Amino acid sequence: MSSDQTPKDYRESLIHLEYQYTAGSATTTFLNQVKEGRLVGQACPKCKAVYVPPRGSCPRDGIATTIEVPLTDKGCIESFTVVHIPIPGNPIVPPYVCAMVRLDKANISFLHLIQGVEIEDIRIGMRVQAVWKPKEEWTHSLENIKWFAPIDEPDIDVSTLRFKEA
Amino acid sequence: MKMSETKTNLLEAPFELSYKYKRSSGPVMSKFFEALGDKKILGTKSKAQKVFAPAAEFDPQTREALTDLTEVGPGGVIESWSWVHQPSDHHLLQIPFAFALIKLDGADTAMLHMISGCQESDLSIGARVTATWSDTPTESITDIKHFTLEL
Repeated sequence: MSSDQTPKDYRESLIHLEYQYTAGSATTTFLNQVKEGRLVGQACPKCKAVYVPPRGSCPRDGIATTIEVPLTDKGCIESFTVVHIPIPGNPIVPPYVCAMVRLDKANISFLHLIQGVEIEDIRIGMRVQAVWKPKEEWTHSLENIKWFAPIDEPDIDVSTLRFKEA
Repeated sequence: MKMSETKTNLLEAPFELSYKYKRSSGPVMSKFFEALGDKKILGTKSKAQKVFAPAAEFDPQTREALTDLTEVGPGGVIESWSWVHQPSDHHLLQIPFAFALIKLDGADTAMLHMISGCQESDLSIGARVTATWSDTPTESITDIKHFTLEL
């Protein structure tokens, strides 16, 4: 390609989407509890798997998850990644750690931040607990939890977390 | 995120998703866009003398790379059209208009653009239209504001 066409060859473009998000009944119930500082999952009446955050149905059995299951804000790191590349618009400065956090008694994990520990000390199976924002800042969002931080409890063998049919 | 409750007691919130990115138009399409800034519409000609407009980088039938640029239009005929009765905020025109496939003079393919300045009942397949140019060119497809029926 000749030099006269290189600089102009790139143009800045913008993708912009505006939409209205409706949470649905399971997520609404969950977020109303999160606003009060509680984590409540839902269990499948058939296989008893506990989902948090709940989506209202069990993907295994295809039925509504009608049982409310209060959970603690403790769990373990099921998997994690160290983020080194900044994401435009994200205020967190790399490197930082995103982890799949598996709450105790839950059968699925969700993504959250891990802080309060040197990155090199983070490991799969590590016990963590939610660090909450001040109560007056709580909204309908999992961002009420600033991050998860390690607690002084023995690691969990994550292979024992695999779902077993009741 | 600020959530509010709907009449059915479900939470909802408005979302805005926005990404900025840099895209390369490539050697052929760059010339097409630059030409728009000079109020010219370019097509590309294949070995079999078929003219693609807007310029295409490849002939989809023969897979031949197309680099031979040729000017087409600015007039052409309506191949197909669809009337937009109520433009939304996202449309470039805020009065009723038509999206149309326009086969420009000298071209063998049609180009999607807008037709404005007429009523729905004025339009017909085969009717002649011509480009109306923007006064502030940005070397993008919107340098053609829209097409207008030829008198």
